[in-house]
Amino acid sequence: MPAKPETIAALAARFAGLSASEFRGDTRVVVLKDSLLAAMQHLKSDGKFDLLVDVTCVDYLNYRDARDRFGLVYLLANTVTNERLTVRSFLNEPDLTVPSMVPLWSGANWLEREVYDMFGILFDGHPDLRRILMPNEFAEFPLRKDYPLQGRGERHNFPVLKRNQA
Amino acid sequence: MAVELPDNVVVTKLDELASWCRKNSLWPMPFATACCGIELMATGASRHDLARFGAEVFRFSPRQCDLMIVAGRVVMKMLPVLQRIWQQMHEPKWCISMGACASTGGVFDTYCVVQGIDRFVPVDMYVPGCPPRPEQLIQAIIDLQDKIQREGTISGAEFETATRQMTKRALQELPMYGRQ
Repeated sequence: MPAKPETIAALAARFAGLSASEFRGDTRVVVLKDSLLAAMQHLKSDGKFDLLVDVTCVDYLNYRDARDRFGLVYLLANTVTNERLTVRSFLNEPDLTVPSMVPLWSGANWLEREVYDMFGILFDGHPDLRRILMPNEFAEFPLRKDYPLQGRGERHNFPVLKRNQA
Repeated sequence: MAVELPDNVVVTKLDELASWCRKNSLWPMPFATACCGIELMATGASRHDLARFGAEVFRFSPRQCDLMIVAGRVVMKMLPVLQRIWQQMHEPKWCISMGACASTGGVFDTYCVVQGIDRFVPVDMYVPGCPPRPEQLIQAIIDLQDKIQREGTISGAEFETATRQMTKRALQELPMYGRQ
């Protein structure tokens, strides 16, 4: 169910530079990075979006008509009114730090760790920002578009066991 | 001097007897990480009944196993675990690489999937298929039994000696091809 117009209007009245759109029943707002934390706080306390469904990211490197490198995506839901809202915010190198949403929704913990693991986005205020899927010694961020699909040889950087090393 | 043997007595070598005992009681370690593991379970279950070939005792402790069946793709985070489990198994031990992913990486040619476990651990039998039918796995175990009987059981130290002598010997003299 799309977000109610008054929810969007209340958000747009408080935060300048916010753009809202709707596509096939999904409402989306784009928030400036500096007002992201305040907007999310407002959505949680006033908009009653009590569930953070997902946090993910898109790398727009070499994407046609793209002006920014990374697009951060937050999917929010209100479990009482069934409203759903997509909040997006764009980031550019070298400043890839955004405020963490763990103080608002503790479910953001592992979601933000995954975004950090795959894209290298740093979440300021995250209690435990480490890799969640890749090994700790892995040095790259594999879902960035400038990282080759087959890797840079990390997958074969292991000792070889022979039969006499049993 | 010819010795008359009674009809119910067979003479063999002690090594061959040991190989015969080992091949008929393989204890598999199921290293199942993906859909091949489902076929592996089906192979051990009643319909295909791996017990007919003496290899039905799946153990989840590597200390009790002598046959590691790697069923499914292995990612770079799992490979050190695989190597540790392989090292924890007692000798003599064998390894079956089951399915396309374990043997070559399969369709998963990505940054984190190891392109064939034989790059990092020794493999005795490869089973093709995606996933292989239980009959194929049973055939691999029968072939492995054949290999154990012909090749004998080689410990790590003996393997090193054999590898050093390999350059001196012709291929036909290797135990696997030489007999029969």
